[in-house]
Amino acid sequence: MKGTNLGEFEELVLLTIAALVNEAYSVAICDELEKYTGRSAKLGVVHTVLHRLEEKGLVKSKLGEATNVRGGKRKRYYLVTNTGKATLLKAKELRDRLWNVIPEFALKRI
Amino acid sequence: MKKKSTPPEWARRFLSWYCRPELLEDLQGDLNEYFDRNLKTKGPRRSRFIYILDVFKFFRSYTIRKPKFLDLFIQWIMIGSYIKTSGRSIVRNKLFSFINIIGMAVSMSVGLLMIAFISDLLDYDNFHEKKDRIYRVITADQRRDQPLMNLASTSVKGGKEIRESVAGLEELTLLRNGFGGDAAFGETILPVGGLWADPSFFKVFTFPLVQGDPVTALKEPYSLVLTEKSAAKLFGTTNALGKSVTLDTSHYVVTGIMKDIPKLSHIRFEALGSFSTLELKKPNDDGGFLNWESIYSNYVYVLLPENGTLESVQIALDKVSATENAAIQNRKITLSLQPLKDIALGRHLTNQIGTAMLPLVVWILGGLAFMVILSACFNYTNLSIARSLRRSREVGIRKVIGAVKSHILGQFISESVIIALLALAFSFLLFLFLRIQFVSLHRFVDDLVSLELSPKLISYFIAFALVVGVGAGFIPALFFSRINAIRVLKDASSLQLFRRVTLRKALIVLQYSFSLMFITATLIGYNQYKGFLTFDLGFTTENILNLRLNGTNGDLVVKELSELPEVKEISRSLIVTSLGSAIGSSMKYKRMDDSASVWENHVDEHYLPLHQHVFLAGRNFNPKPEQAEETEAIVNEQLLQRFDIGERDPQKALAEVITIDKKKLTIVGVLKDFHYETVEEGIKPMVFRNTTDKTSGYINVKVFSTDWSSTRAAIEKAWRKVDKVHPLDATFYDEQLEQAYSQFSVMIKVIGFLAFLAVSIASMGLFGMVVFTTETRLKEISIRKVLGASEWILILLLSRGFLFLLTLASLVAIPATYLFFNNVVLNNFAYHVPIGITELLAGVTVVMVVAIVMIGSQTLKVARSNPAEVLKNE
Repeated sequence: MKGTNLGEFEELVLLTIAALVNEAYSVAICDELEKYTGRSAKLGVVHTVLHRLEEKGLVKSKLGEATNVRGGKRKRYYLVTNTGKATLLKAKELRDRLWNVIPEFALKRI
Repeated sequence: MKKKSTPPEWARRFLSWYCRPELLEDLQGDLNEYFDRNLKTKGPRRSRFIYILDVFKFFRSYTIRKPKFLDLFIQWIMIGSYIKTSGRSIVRNKLFSFINIIGMAVSMSVGLLMIAFISDLLDYDNFHEKKDRIYRVITADQRRDQPLMNLASTSVKGGKEIRESVAGLEELTLLRNGFGGDAAFGETILPVGGLWADPSFFKVFTFPLVQGDPVTALKEPYSLVLTEKSAAKLFGTTNALGKSVTLDTSHYVVTGIMKDIPKLSHIRFEALGSFSTLELKKPNDDGGFLNWESIYSNYVYVLLPENGTLESVQIALDKVSATENAAIQNRKITLSLQPLKDIALGRHLTNQIGTAMLPLVVWILGGLAFMVILSACFNYTNLSIARSLRRSREVGIRKVIGAVKSHILGQFISESVIIALLALAFSFLLFLFLRIQFVSLHRFVDDLVSLELSPKLISYFIAFALVVGVGAGFIPALFFSRINAIRVLKDASSLQLFRRVTLRKALIVLQYSFSLMFITATLIGYNQYKGFLTFDLGFTTENILNLRLNGTNGDLVVKELSELPEVKEISRSLIVTSLGSAIGSSMKYKRMDDSASVWENHVDEHYLPLHQHVFLAGRNFNPKPEQAEETEAIVNEQLLQRFDIGERDPQKALAEVITIDKKKLTIVGVLKDFHYETVEEGIKPMVFRNTTDKTSGYINVKVFSTDWSSTRAAIEKAWRKVDKVHPLDATFYDEQLEQAYSQFSVMIKVIGFLAFLAVSIASMGLFGMVVFTTETRLKEISIRKVLGASEWILILLLSRGFLFLLTLASLVAIPATYLFFNNVVLNNFAYHVPIGITELLAGVTVVMVVAIVMIGSQTLKVARSNPAEVLKNE
């Protein structure tokens, strides 16, 4: 297994899952990502990432209740695990630390 | 209301087939959700397309189902059980097993023969160590106004040019045919045939020398390399290095003894003469040995270096061709390379150095064999499905105990494979017998292949049996694996036994159509062949014995023969016509710029009367002293047409002068058109010339005799008086005609044999089906009988369905065969007899009669049964 380093897209997906709390399943994640990032999130790509995140132990999943939408197929809901949360925090912390060392003037003139 | 649009079923199935079960539901749900969403915005067509696209996009390494090893393991431990049940089932249904095994064995033996044949063809020239780098230089000859001719041969000049100017060749060897003659060593005289070859020969090809040095063996003029076999014949020993041999008038020294040539070699010879001998003889004086246009008797083989490329050599060859073509007119000669492995089984080339086979012929033979095998597989499929009622309970119980679809599939496929392997054992014995028959079909086949058994071949055979087994068993296995266990166990008759009836009927129709096509094709072919042999060629061939002169003094032979009382007439000719051999010359009439090639034959003044050629005008040749200049010509009608001589009127054409070979000849007679070539070709302009060669050509002898063997002996004796070295080579004209068309007789024999097999297999299958149907309908028949049906009505009732199928098959087969022959095959023959109604219907009648007898006998048996006996046992 690869390390627990997060790729950019992986981080986005992980954040989205956290943001959706109990409603995080593949299609919803796609929609949410599109809403926030403005780029189209392909279902196949998202699935691959979800699979990888689960493999890394950052998320866990369980099947929901059957409904009569989706052709009667159950949804798979994702939840961020503790490791996942730690990883997200670590990533944020890393960024914050970097932000802090950037001198003010370096980013001023945009 | 319109039906709600749904995702494509096959894509959905594909997804559930490849996807891991634990991921499947979620994926399906997602796709459904997207599909529904797209349906609203993009319409059904586009959303279906997106769905399919997404299904393929999900095909990723983590979604794919891993093979279930447990499953394979179960199959493996169950094999013992499968074999046991298969064995029981085979023994229990003796009739069906017999039909299946024998049918398969018979058809597979043909398959084995084809495999051995093709494998031999593919093995050609494999013994050369550098086989992948050896190429032959072949020639395309384009003369103005004439079709392109592709030759396997090339010119000496071309070979030498390539050697000098083409870079990037490791080795090049030049061969020329025509080496040979009567080799004399002491008292022994042995005619040997072979090739002229240069010293590089042994570098390019792998022909190991037993004695002598491969580097120098062919270097010096008058060197001779013999194969072990011919050395043993000539010297009585293979230890013959340095011995001197007289070949015709020259003395050669044996510089090498070569291992015998393997059978599967496209180059074959008894002896090699050094190419330098040829050059020493200065053959350029007659006929342009070193001409760019002498492309008919030389062969050039090149060896490319390990990393050489074909393209660069081809570019260089094109350059050579272009330079040389600039010097000649009205003709373009182009050189190209042909890989060694494409020679024996490759495209058609004129002037082949040895035997070769067209891939098309192999495809056709293979296709026919395939149809016969398919027919046997159909039998298996049909009978197994028909009998499914009896095995369905077994399948039901297996399923209840825990077998899944793939287990049942495995079981029934292994059953059919077991039957195929049993059939293989029988078919192997048949193959050993067929092999002898096949090889003795024609000299050509015997020459071409050995059909020797080898471990490789045996493994092909076993693989073939496995393929046949799987092929035959797949549909029944699929059928069984889908049986619903609960329904079958509750009530076996609920199984929809006759649901597959259409499939079975279709298979029977297909099978019979094949068989009828085969048999009709055989009959039509046979009739055509007979037509060729009895064709009115425009002259008589009856009782004419043609003696081939092989360096023998013809005048002396004629003198000896004329003393025999049985010999009525004797004539001389250069070739024997209508057999396919031809000699052409370029001819001119008044216009000097208009020349055309015409066929010719050189004969004496007895030839035309002896063969009873019909004169339209003029007279026969006048007797001509041997040394006198040639002045007369006799031509056919076509020649008058072509050159517009005497307004195409035979009378007016007399005394006109034509020019052939720079000789001016006066037309003294005009003949009615006759067949100079075989009847496949149309009649072309042709001229008879009055000249004979003393030691070559033929002596045509008209013989009247009641005792052929003693006449033959007398002729042989007369021949022996003149020539003690060469055996008499005499054949009756009619036999020669048969030989000329022997390719057709071979084809008819092969197709006829396959037709016989196809009909037998189809009949066996039909018999099985009839037995099965009548048995299952026994009760119905009995009740009908009790209610008063007569035997005839019952027979009609039972056989009606089968007769309908057979009629359908003949309605398919006969028009198809007729159209195929009439519009495709016979178009290749300029002259042929029309297809008669008899040939078309004879085959059908025979097959129908056989089928009716089979159906009738079985149905009669059932119809005669005592209804009380049958119904009592309920």
